[in-house]
Amino acid sequence: MAKQVYCEDVEVGTEITPLAKIATTRMLVQWAGASGDFNPLHYDEDFAKAMGVGAPIVHGALKRAWLGHLMTDWIGEEGKLKKLSCQYRGMDYPRKMKTMQEPHDGEIWWCKGKVTKKYEQGDEHLVECEIWVENGKGEKTTPGSALVALPTRSGK
Amino acid sequence: MANSSLITDELRKLIGMTLETIVFKVEEGAIQRYAQAIGDPNPIYNDPDFASKTKYGRLLTPPGFTGWPTKAGRLSERLLESLAKAGAPSRLLDGGIEFEFFESVGAGDVLTATTKIADITERETRLGKTMFTTLETTFVNQKGNVALKSRSTFIMF
Repeated sequence: MAKQVYCEDVEVGTEITPLAKIATTRMLVQWAGASGDFNPLHYDEDFAKAMGVGAPIVHGALKRAWLGHLMTDWIGEEGKLKKLSCQYRGMDYPRKMKTMQEPHDGEIWWCKGKVTKKYEQGDEHLVECEIWVENGKGEKTTPGSALVALPTRSGK
Repeated sequence: MANSSLITDELRKLIGMTLETIVFKVEEGAIQRYAQAIGDPNPIYNDPDFASKTKYGRLLTPPGFTGWPTKAGRLSERLLESLAKAGAPSRLLDGGIEFEFFESVGAGDVLTATTKIADITERETRLGKTMFTTLETTFVNQKGNVALKSRSTFIMF
């Protein structure tokens, strides 16, 4: 686990430690089972074509879960995630599998973010962040935002 | 212009309708499988022994976990059915979601989720004439407190 980030450590513009992810067809099956989203859009080539997206796409909710992972890693055990939102703006296509475990070479997705606002409310030290998932072409396919409460070094 | 709108009178009537209330228990195995599917090794989601020694005393759910099996907070067959019957376009994409978290949710909690159709709107997009359906779901825990709320948007065209 990364070390605890404190309110005093961040300012507007501070970057959130980026998190790399690789979407694979295998992962999409795993996500379907774990999330209960069995929409064939995410595993059936013909169905995906008929829906107008060309080929099976990465679940928006999986990308949202990646952004949740980005934020909870960054805020650490003492931080509190208060809000998380994102929009599924662009399609992402998973890497296909080369072996049972290993995908073919290809795209890496990066979950990134930066602090946009820092303020106090009541007894909480709040930080707003712009977050996004960026595909291999550098496109932000899943922009969003998060609101977190961070601990302070002084404990106040 | 009534005949050019995607939002039929039947669809308009669905706005404000409560879709369903679901009660479910948050299962340890479901949390672990969910965390594994995300690729998040955080022990608070994966290791019951570790979790039992924290102030939470149990596995916590990653943000956005809304139980398994659940239809709440996501596309439900009943929603699709209601929309299709009311004449909605048949092609559907997930548009996005907002979560607001109030209390931690962990293994053994019992959540009551209520979903309502908050709004149905339409506008021209690169997909053509497009309809946006917004669902609001409130999750209340066994203590009677709102644990989280979600607001999700489905795109139909």
